[in-house]
Amino acid sequence: MRPPRKNPILRTRVPTLPPSVRSRVALGLTAAAARGSFELQVCRDCGTVQYPPRESCRVCLSLRLDWHVQDGAGELLSETMLRHSNELFYRERMPWRLGMVRLDCGPVLVAHLHGDCAPAPSRVRVRSALDRAGQAALMAMPEKDTPNMADDRQLREMTCDPKFRKVLITDAKTPLGHALVEAIVAAGADLVWAGYAEPWKKTAGFDQLASIPQVALLPLDLTNSRAVKDAAGEIGGRVDILINTADHHRNYGIAARNGVEVARAEMDVNYFGLLRLAQEFAPALRGRGADGQSSAVAWVNLLSIFALSNFPPHGTYSASKAAALSLAQCLRAELGPAGVRVINVFPGPIDDEWNQLLPPPKIAPARLASDIVHALRGGVEDVYPGDIAEDWLARWRDNPKALERELAAGT
Amino acid sequence: MSRQRADYDDVVVSAPVTMPYVRYSIRGAHWFLAGVLAELLKCTGLNKGRLDGLCVSSFTLAPDTAVGLTQHLGVTLRWLDHIPMGGACGIVALRRAARAVQSGDADIVACIAGDTNHTDSFRSNLATFSQFARDAVYPYGSGGANASFAFLTEYYMRTYGATREDFGKLCVAQRANALAFPFALMKKPLALDEYLNARLVADPLRLFDCVMPCAGADAFLVLHRAQAEALGLPYARILSTIERHNAFPDDPIQYRGGWVLDREELYAQAGVGPQDIDVVATYDDYPVISLMQMEDLGFCKKGEGPDFVRRNSFTVDGSFPVNTSGGQLSVGQAGAAGGFLGLVEILRQVIGQTLGGAVENARVGLASGFGMINYDRGLCSGAAILAAGGGPS
Repeated sequence: MRPPRKNPILRTRVPTLPPSVRSRVALGLTAAAARGSFELQVCRDCGTVQYPPRESCRVCLSLRLDWHVQDGAGELLSETMLRHSNELFYRERMPWRLGMVRLDCGPVLVAHLHGDCAPAPSRVRVRSALDRAGQAALMAMPEKDTPNMADDRQLREMTCDPKFRKVLITDAKTPLGHALVEAIVAAGADLVWAGYAEPWKKTAGFDQLASIPQVALLPLDLTNSRAVKDAAGEIGGRVDILINTADHHRNYGIAARNGVEVARAEMDVNYFGLLRLAQEFAPALRGRGADGQSSAVAWVNLLSIFALSNFPPHGTYSASKAAALSLAQCLRAELGPAGVRVINVFPGPIDDEWNQLLPPPKIAPARLASDIVHALRGGVEDVYPGDIAEDWLARWRDNPKALERELAAGT
Repeated sequence: MSRQRADYDDVVVSAPVTMPYVRYSIRGAHWFLAGVLAELLKCTGLNKGRLDGLCVSSFTLAPDTAVGLTQHLGVTLRWLDHIPMGGACGIVALRRAARAVQSGDADIVACIAGDTNHTDSFRSNLATFSQFARDAVYPYGSGGANASFAFLTEYYMRTYGATREDFGKLCVAQRANALAFPFALMKKPLALDEYLNARLVADPLRLFDCVMPCAGADAFLVLHRAQAEALGLPYARILSTIERHNAFPDDPIQYRGGWVLDREELYAQAGVGPQDIDVVATYDDYPVISLMQMEDLGFCKKGEGPDFVRRNSFTVDGSFPVNTSGGQLSVGQAGAAGGFLGLVEILRQVIGQTLGGAVENARVGLASGFGMINYDRGLCSGAAILAAGGGPS
C-alpha cells in the first residue's frame, strides 16, 4: 500500500525523535539491534533470561550477565491502541498500537505491535530493530508472514525500506553498483539515480541500466567538489536514500610502492569523496527526515571489513576505509537528530578485478547488493556481508589484538 | 514462622488537612508542602517547635529530599523519613510514623505529601520515572500510565468479563461523591453516557478512566493518644496496616496485587472482617485497579469484581461507600498526595470531620494504597484500617 502523496502546499514536517535516553546497560540491546540481532541478558550462573536489562540477575543476583540471541517467540498477553502521547514524535503518528508480550523464554516485554498481529491472546514473534532515534526498539510481528507486511505504518517508522522511495547510488558503473541499481529497483524504489564518473570509460552493461524506466543516469565525480555540489543542487532535495558505492581500490602496503599518489587517490574517493558528499547532500536529508511516510531515511556507506583492522597486502586501502569509517561515525551523529540512519556496510573482499589475487571465498556483487537491500528493510546500522566479513568480525569482537597479529602473519 | 507483629496500642492519627488542588501551578513542590504543614499547625494549634518528626512524600521536590526540606521549612527534628512510594506513600508513611511514635523515637510526626504540576512537569516526570520506564516503556509510544493501565484493563475485561459499563458505574458514583467535596477539581456531574462516549485515550481506556494530574498537598498527624487528647484533637486508632512490594513477580501480567498476601493478617490484627468495614478508599488512578482492590482485599472473590460492582452503588449514602471525596478520578492526582487522598478521607469519615458527604455511622474505615508502575505493573501495595476513637464495636 503506497503511502499517501505529500500535499506540497503544507509545511514539511520537521523531524522529531522517539525518546532516545537509555541506561548504559540497556545499550546492550541497541548494540545487538545495530547488527540485526535480538539479544537479551542471560545469567551465566543460573541461566535466567531477563528483560528489561539489569545490572544483576533478578533470580540469583549474579553480576555475570551475557547477551544471547533470542528467537523472540512469545504470546501477546494484552494490547492497546494508544491515542494520546506525551512526546511529539508519537503525537504526530497517532494512533499507535502497543502490545505486552510474554516470551516463551520467560520475560514480559512492552513492544510496538504490528498491525497484522491477531488480537490477544495470540502468538507473535518479537524482533529488535533500531528506531528513528537509533535505539533498539522491540516490535511484535505476526507469527507467520502476511502479504505486504513490510508496509505496516509503524514498521516503516523503524525501517528504511526503499519501496516507494528515491535512491541515489553514487557509482553505478562497478559490478556492485550495477547489481545494486537492479536490486533497489526490484525492491520497489520509485526512482534510482545511477551515478557515474569518467564517462570515457565504459563498463559492460552500464548503458542498459538507462533503459530501466525507474533509472536516471547522473554524472557524479566524487573527487570534484564542484560536481558534487551541482549534483546536490539538482537532486539533493529529493534523495530519500543515498548509497555511496564509490570506491578506489589498489593493492599493496607501504614498502611495495614509492610516493603517496596512489594512497592519495584512494583517500580522495574513499575519504574526501564521502566528506564532499556529506557536506553537500546531508543538509537536505536532515531537513527531510520526517517528510511524510516516504521521508529521507538512510545514508549507506560501502566500507570494507579492512576498516576494522589493517589488511597489510591492501594496506593503504585499509587506511582509507578506516578513515571513512571514522567520518561515517561523525556523519551518523549529525544525521541522527533528524532520524536519518547511517548504515555502514563492511564486506569482505568483493569478487572483482582489484581482489584478483585473493583466494575465495569472495562475496559476489549481487549478494552484496541484496544484503544492502535487506539491511535497509531490517532496521540495522552495521552490516557484515559474506563469510569473510563474518569471520573477521567474530575474530575482531573476540580479540582485536589477536586479529591484528593474524593479519600481519597472513592468516 | 514470622513473629506476630505488635499492635499500635495508643498511637493515633489525627488532623486531616488538604491544600486545595489546582490543575497547574507556577509554584514549586516546597510551596505546597509548606502550605499544608502551616495549615496542619494552624488547625491543631501546635507550635512548629513541638513537631519532632516529619515524613515527606513528593515527586517534584528534586533536587531536594526531606533533609533539604527541614532547612527550607526551618524545623528541627529528631526523626525524619522520605517515602518515594507514590500511591502507597500514605499507608507507608502512617506505618513508619506510628512505629516511631510507639517506640518513643518521636512524639509528634507530621506526614505530608504534595507536588506541584507545571505545564510540562508531567511529561518530564514520566520520561525519567524509573530506569525500566526510561529503557523499556517510555520509548514505546510515551503514553505513561495510560498505556500501562490500558494493558491491565484490556486483560482484566477479557479475563473476568468486566464491561465498560461496570467501570463507568464506579466512575459515575465517585463523581456524585465529589460534587459535595470542596477541593474536587471535577465540579460537574458525570453521566454514564458521557463516560462511555468520551474520547479514547488508549483502548479500552477513555478520558474519564484516566486520572487528571494536578498540584496540591495532603497531610495528617501521628501522635500518642494522650497528646491528641491534651490538644483536644479528634483522632482515629490504627487497627492494623500492611505493605508489600514487588508481589507476584512471576505473574505474566498484573491481575492481583500484594494485598492478597497480607489481607488475612490485616483483618486478623484489626479484629474485624471485610463485612465490618463501613467506608473504603481504594487507590483509583484508573477504575480497573479499584476493582482489583475490592477483590484482593476480600470484599469479593477474584474475578467477581464486575458482579460486585453491579450489586453495589458506591455512593456516600448507598451500599459499599467508596472514595467518598470523589477519589483521584474526580478530585485529581496531586502527585504523591494521590497516595494520601484516600487515607485522609477515611480519617475524616471515622472522626466525623468530613468536608463533603459523611457516611452514616462510619466507625471503621479502610484505606488502600497502590503505587509505582516501575515497568509493567504497580509494585507497592498497602492498606490500613482505622477506627473511630471509641473503637470498632
